[in-house]
Amino acid sequence: MHIMEGFLDAPWWQLWFIVSVPVILYGIYKMNRLVNEKREILPLLAVAGAFIFVLSSLKLPSVTGSCSHPTGTGIAAIMFGPAISAVLGTIVLLYQALFLAHGGLTTLGANVFSMGIAGPLAAYIVYKAGMKARINFYFVVFLATAIGDLVTYGITSTQLALAIAYHEEGILTLGGFLAQFKVFAAIFGLTQLPLAIIEGAVSALLFKYVVNVKSDILVEMKVIEAAVVRKLRGSSA
Amino acid sequence: MSRKLEIIVLAIILIFAIQFVYMSSTTDAEYTGADGQAEDAIMEITGGTYEPVAEPFWEPPSGEIESLLFGLQAAIGAGILGYFFGYYRAKKRYESDLAYGEKSKSEGDSQSV
Repeated sequence: MHIMEGFLDAPWWQLWFIVSVPVILYGIYKMNRLVNEKREILPLLAVAGAFIFVLSSLKLPSVTGSCSHPTGTGIAAIMFGPAISAVLGTIVLLYQALFLAHGGLTTLGANVFSMGIAGPLAAYIVYKAGMKARINFYFVVFLATAIGDLVTYGITSTQLALAIAYHEEGILTLGGFLAQFKVFAAIFGLTQLPLAIIEGAVSALLFKYVVNVKSDILVEMKVIEAAVVRKLRGSSA
Repeated sequence: MSRKLEIIVLAIILIFAIQFVYMSSTTDAEYTGADGQAEDAIMEITGGTYEPVAEPFWEPPSGEIESLLFGLQAAIGAGILGYFFGYYRAKKRYESDLAYGEKSKSEGDSQSV
């Protein structure tokens, strides 16, 4: 899903850096503060980061006969919010840009925005709304992470469509943008839908294990209410 | 512990796995990467005139090396996941074992939760 190195021309790649960098900086600040306050969240942070590492390394075949990979950022978004997810996402994207020629350094800003910021933000909003509506916890995690995954690819399509429409016509028009968006959304959206479902399912499962072994810290961070944990434990213990 | 969620997740993965096996043996789908397809689409839209503004510093010299590095990425992640889940699990177990001996202490802990 990453935009390939060099495939966003000026001013687009700079623009996405301008948008992403403040969020990453805020995320680093927030992460430092959180770790200083509660050292015991460090392992959880590592788990969220490791989950992104695993999931974004798996190129899965999709129904459409093409391959793509999940993002894994939904878990981090639910636990720590979008800003810290942006930091974790940046680490993974850097690894892939430097060692795998997957994504790129000029497109890093755009890729961080889609995978580290927009997707996690969507996941976070869906999660908070779902918990407020008192829907089943695991189902909410599934929905939030799956939607976060899809939003990531929606944003990638948008970024490419903006840049290519501008590249083609020298001026950005709504019609030009929509025409390009359709092309990229067709490539990414269809491939991604089944993968988003798998990502949601696996994320829900990971959350089950975190709740099982370390729910106190989630309650303390106000990720989940103590009453919900008791209910989950009651039904699954 | 109930295994309902595990069964649901397994079923979802199985459905996709079976679908993949079926599709890949009955059609000639190439299973190329979606990023590469986007690259092709850009070339098509611009009539092959698109020139990337930058090239990767370094590219894996072959598909083998690339899959090595992808595998390494997954292994690092999986190792960290396994380590911490094992750590938490054992910690919780020993804490609850100790709790029989030091009941008052564990009650204090659960209060802070």
